[in-house]
Amino acid sequence: MDDLLSKLSECIEFGKINLASPYPPQMKGQDGADEITRKALDEGVNPQDILTKGLMPGMERIGIKFRENKVFVPQVLMSAKAMSTAMLHLKPHFLSGAAKQKGTFIIGTVLGDLHDIGKNLVGMMVEGNGYKVIDLGTDVSSAKFIDAVKENPDAVVGLSALLTTTMVNMEKITKDIKDAVPGTLVTIGGAPVNSDFCTKIGADNYSPDPQGIVEYLNAKIL
Amino acid sequence: MSKIIQEIQKGRILVSDGAWGTFLQKKGLKPGECPEEWNITRPGDVFDIAQSYINAGADMVETNSFGGNWFKLQGYRLEEKVYELNKAAAEISRKAAGSERFVLGSVGPTGKLLLMDEVTEDELYKAFKDQSQALEAGGADAIVIETMTDLEEARIAVKAAKENTACEVICTMTFDKIVTGEFRTMMGISPTEMTESLVEAGASVIGANCGNGMADMIGIVKEIRQINANIPILIHANAGMPHYCDGETTFPESPSDMAGRVKEIIEAGANIIGGCCGTTPDHICEVTQVVKSL
Repeated sequence: MDDLLSKLSECIEFGKINLASPYPPQMKGQDGADEITRKALDEGVNPQDILTKGLMPGMERIGIKFRENKVFVPQVLMSAKAMSTAMLHLKPHFLSGAAKQKGTFIIGTVLGDLHDIGKNLVGMMVEGNGYKVIDLGTDVSSAKFIDAVKENPDAVVGLSALLTTTMVNMEKITKDIKDAVPGTLVTIGGAPVNSDFCTKIGADNYSPDPQGIVEYLNAKIL
Repeated sequence: MSKIIQEIQKGRILVSDGAWGTFLQKKGLKPGECPEEWNITRPGDVFDIAQSYINAGADMVETNSFGGNWFKLQGYRLEEKVYELNKAAAEISRKAAGSERFVLGSVGPTGKLLLMDEVTEDELYKAFKDQSQALEAGGADAIVIETMTDLEEARIAVKAAKENTACEVICTMTFDKIVTGEFRTMMGISPTEMTESLVEAGASVIGANCGNGMADMIGIVKEIRQINANIPILIHANAGMPHYCDGETTFPESPSDMAGRVKEIIEAGANIIGGCCGTTPDHICEVTQVVKSL
């Protein structure tokens, strides 16, 4: 079992989706996250262990390499793809309660901004680290964020913006969310923002990379 | 009228324009509003921007068409207006530039990733072809493909513009300084890789825009020059990185800060210098004065 799970974590780290995928070249012809997850379930491995001992270590390793600029967006996307393929097998077990996610993360790109690459990347990394992710899409208003928070008490909210022209909308959205549901934690990210901006707009956390958000959630959600 | 590369071959340093997005906002563009739609609904305001850069002394002016591809316009349900909006964009800048200055038709990324199968190469090619042709129809001299981070998308855009218009094709990518001090795009492309690949794809001018102020752009120009001594280089630098204060985003580098680095970036090998986010006609005016004095 440990062997299967360590192989699975490698598939996640290196973005090996399934047997047919030619990427990465050094794993060509081998089983991918798809086959190994299926096999593990068929062999009776606990779905919770597949998540925490297979998927999560792989996601953590790619997250750290990304933060250290040893890999870039394409490699992380392939890892995320491998991870979502594995998650498809695990979904029924989350729904039945046989496996539990650590908490809920609500993410969206703020009003006026249609960019979603960074937001998707963060969503996939957070999911791969054991959280339920509710993706509200792009151009998301305060009202939509607030509705989602009300439906998911204790969820942490992530706001994304790419443009210097839309980052300003983060301030109002952060305030609206905190007015409507006091105590909600808001973390922000995106090319133009930084920790100084985070403090000025009253958000709780800024992270320059997805791994930072995962670490923030791990610290805040227990 | 001669071509941009002919002017560069004569040894001239050319000045491009400054920011458009931040300028449109100052004129009242609201969050969620499509900037390209202004080419039809508020052409006078768009013309003012183009003209202010021409008046500042720029040798060339871009068009208000950065997000004018099918995919981006679809986000505003304006995908049926690709031709109309891009042609109008070029016509407005042409009117400001007259016959003596160049019009660069701005083409930005689609926001769709080939890697994630969100789009096919053929769909990208068609989107860039349609946009470039409309910009040419409106009077663009060159197509400037900019803010690219994915080399494949950039190459497809270069080929689509090159194979379907008579315009000169310029392509600039956006680099970040990574922890090692080297430059890479979000997708991991270095200035060296960009240079080899885009020259091969047929770009006649390459370079960098956005993401950096002048200081780091100098490092990017040096890297490009190290592996290619001849390819003309265009730089559209930010006025530094944005600061946020009292509900407003400001950029730290003043016109004289920017102008103060012009000599150094030319010595590094840049041929065309202009601005991106946060730069204004005042920045371009001071850059022009330095270039003239050299």
